[in-house]
Amino acid sequence: MKLMKTLLAATAILALAAGAAQAKQLIYCSEASPAHFDPGPTTGGNDFDASAHTIYERLVEFAPGTTEVIPSMAESWDISEDGLEYTFHLRPGVKFHTEPYFTPTRDMNADDVIFSFERQWKEDNPWHAYLEGMTWDYFQGMDMPKYLASIEKIDDLTVKFTLTEPNSPMLANLAMQFASIVSKEYADQLEASGDMAAFSTQPVGTGPFQFVDYQLDTVIRYAAFPDYWDGKQPIDDLIFAITTDASVRAQRLLAGECDIMPYPAPADIETLKADDNLNVMESEGLNIGYISYNTTEPPFDNPDVRKALTMAIDKSAIIEAVYQGAGQDAKNLIPPTMWSYDEATPADVYDPEKAKEMLAAAGVTDLTTDLWAIPVSRPYNPNGQRVAELIQADWAAVGVTANIVTYEWTEYRERGKQPDRKGPFMIGWTGDNGDPDNFFATLFSCSAIGVSNYSSWCNEDFEAAIQDAKAISDPAERTALYTKAQEIFKAEEPAITLAHSRVFMPMKKTVLNYHMSPLGSHIFKGVDIQE
Amino acid sequence: MAKGKDPHMLNYLLRRLALIVPTVIGISICAFAFVRVLPGDPILAMAGQHGVTPERYEILKEQFGYNLPIWQQYFDYLGSVLQGDFGISLATKRPVITEFLTLFPATIELALTAMFLAVIIGIPAGIFAAVKRGSWFDQATMGVALTGYSMPIFWWGLLLIIFFSGYLGWTPVSGRIALTFFLRPITGFMLVDTLLYGNWPAFVSALRHLILPAIVLGTIPLAVIARQTRSAMLEVLGEDYVRTARAKGLSPRRVVNIHALRNALIPVITTIGLQVGLLMGGAILTETIFTWPGVGKWMIDSIFKRDYVVVQSGLLIIALIVMAVNLAVDLLYAFINPRIRVQ
Repeated sequence: MKLMKTLLAATAILALAAGAAQAKQLIYCSEASPAHFDPGPTTGGNDFDASAHTIYERLVEFAPGTTEVIPSMAESWDISEDGLEYTFHLRPGVKFHTEPYFTPTRDMNADDVIFSFERQWKEDNPWHAYLEGMTWDYFQGMDMPKYLASIEKIDDLTVKFTLTEPNSPMLANLAMQFASIVSKEYADQLEASGDMAAFSTQPVGTGPFQFVDYQLDTVIRYAAFPDYWDGKQPIDDLIFAITTDASVRAQRLLAGECDIMPYPAPADIETLKADDNLNVMESEGLNIGYISYNTTEPPFDNPDVRKALTMAIDKSAIIEAVYQGAGQDAKNLIPPTMWSYDEATPADVYDPEKAKEMLAAAGVTDLTTDLWAIPVSRPYNPNGQRVAELIQADWAAVGVTANIVTYEWTEYRERGKQPDRKGPFMIGWTGDNGDPDNFFATLFSCSAIGVSNYSSWCNEDFEAAIQDAKAISDPAERTALYTKAQEIFKAEEPAITLAHSRVFMPMKKTVLNYHMSPLGSHIFKGVDIQE
Repeated sequence: MAKGKDPHMLNYLLRRLALIVPTVIGISICAFAFVRVLPGDPILAMAGQHGVTPERYEILKEQFGYNLPIWQQYFDYLGSVLQGDFGISLATKRPVITEFLTLFPATIELALTAMFLAVIIGIPAGIFAAVKRGSWFDQATMGVALTGYSMPIFWWGLLLIIFFSGYLGWTPVSGRIALTFFLRPITGFMLVDTLLYGNWPAFVSALRHLILPAIVLGTIPLAVIARQTRSAMLEVLGEDYVRTARAKGLSPRRVVNIHALRNALIPVITTIGLQVGLLMGGAILTETIFTWPGVGKWMIDSIFKRDYVVVQSGLLIIALIVMAVNLAVDLLYAFINPRIRVQ
């Protein structure tokens, strides 16, 4: 027994000594393993956090905590009058990371920028398919092949992008993760050595943190990059402790095993808030939970029927019961933090009596319909089944019978986007780049029918407004057009705009200067730890 | 007896080996079919919230070979597997076998520790319960064993985390080692690696991380082994030769330890071997609860990602390993118990 005690004491001392010798360290309990470390082909928020926001940077960035586009690898840029030419002036003296597997011989330049896009764009680029079965989902999803005409090197520090047609969200697109600048010199080295796949597992970037090690499904280690152009980071080591279960993440934070975590389970938020050592940051999410009517299916093809059904729903009860204080009534498709949000839009009123009258006036009696419930918890809708049950009850009160249907998540979306789908379909969206176009055009343009326009709604006036807004770059003019689009949306009600959710980020009080990204990224540039 | 030339043993070995071929084919069909009856679509799962256009969907389908007839997909798969190629993960684009080999030591370490706990507690408890048959100890042990056997692993694991990690703060919540230790794997076995590095605090940390998951995973085997040992022991204690030994005036301890135990342990060894398959199943749940980076958690994550390739090859590899262990146990059993060979 005595020996045991001595051993334990010795261990404790050794452990303390080991701890004291450690550098300034920030441990982030992340929610999932990254697929790999190339931000071009990956699509998950966890993938981006692990590569795009630590190791890599882009021509332009979103300013911390906002969706405002600011200079990064490009110090400045000019946009031609016709909106077709974007000329970027690159920042001189930007270094790539020196790693055991790569030593850069030159600074970041125009060749790197061109390579970063051409590998995603040109099928004959040797890097276009360097991993088996790879796809460039965001490059495709943001319609880059449609808009890009050419990318040219003017000189080492000047690059010109020429577009096929004006597209004002382009600058915001270039701040997205897929547009990260990678090293052409490193790619050439790997190509020569024949180990191209290493590009995704042994990353080299220009970002604030450089890659140290990844133990599969366990931990990712980064170190502050000493030669970072914007100065070395205040923390020395950044560690991602991969912890998939939300409740276990909360337990680890409470036990002091990590400093900061994303996506707490709603049930854990009160406990985390009550802990004296923790601080739970929260912000408006750049998202929308909505329910798409199929506007080609009778009687939902009649806007009055759609408006009546929306009016029959007690949204405030849903928000209280399901979002539990983390939701906000959505009167527009875009969230209130986004520019061009139309404050003048009237909030949806809950009036079952009037709804009944409107349905009767439209000749709708004894309506029976399917109601699609999201099978998984999403940031914009934590419990689709519960939302569906509440709507089912509200609609029953006005004589509408709703049968709740649901499928496995990918299957659900696949069936939901069929133009002949029956019944209102619950879905949502989280913004990619902070541009209103990313909501309006992605979700309700005519060309998105069968892809992500779950309402199969194609309205001429709405379409004209959003397409015009995409082509001009003056924010005031664009705002006017998006305001018009929001008016049309409200008058036509192709979908019930349910709620925007709040996002929580629990962390130790010792974590300093963390900014919550409205785009849902987790970024540790500039973050410090109080010792 | 020259065991290598024993015709019965050789015959038995050949029969057992011949059975492997149809079993492997059966398992590969099951694994292949299993991932295809899962709802969901791997291409859509990869695409994220933007979805894919129908044209692009067709291109990707062709790229992954999902447009081919299902039997052709199976034979292509079987062909690759026979050449040792288990495919490339759809999500990470790394070879499945590489990922498996990276993660498998964590699972073995957990399973061996769990089995170790189950054996060192289960066998003595079973013996003692048998010797003191009908005593309060016997009844308590068997009651606890029955509870342990019936307990849902998931619930039991969370309960232990909340109590020992949350409330008492004695053990870490999850993981394999404290993150302050950064040791590149040598063998992949954390306890071994920390010792190879000569890092004693890291060893202690690894041990602390191992305790709760090993208890959770070891609970069911412990219960089974305790019950099996008790009944085997009771049977043997009633045999004539034990009575003879007693009548000769040998000490009770000698009777139990030398004469009874040796024979009673034969069925217990089989039981332990059979627990290996169950341990793999239990590891899936245990690893998920404790964020233990082994193959069990890897399989679960891959199912959620609809990573067909990982799920089907992972299932196949695990099944092959369980089969190999069962075969080894059978052979060991035949070796120690000659009656089996001629049956």
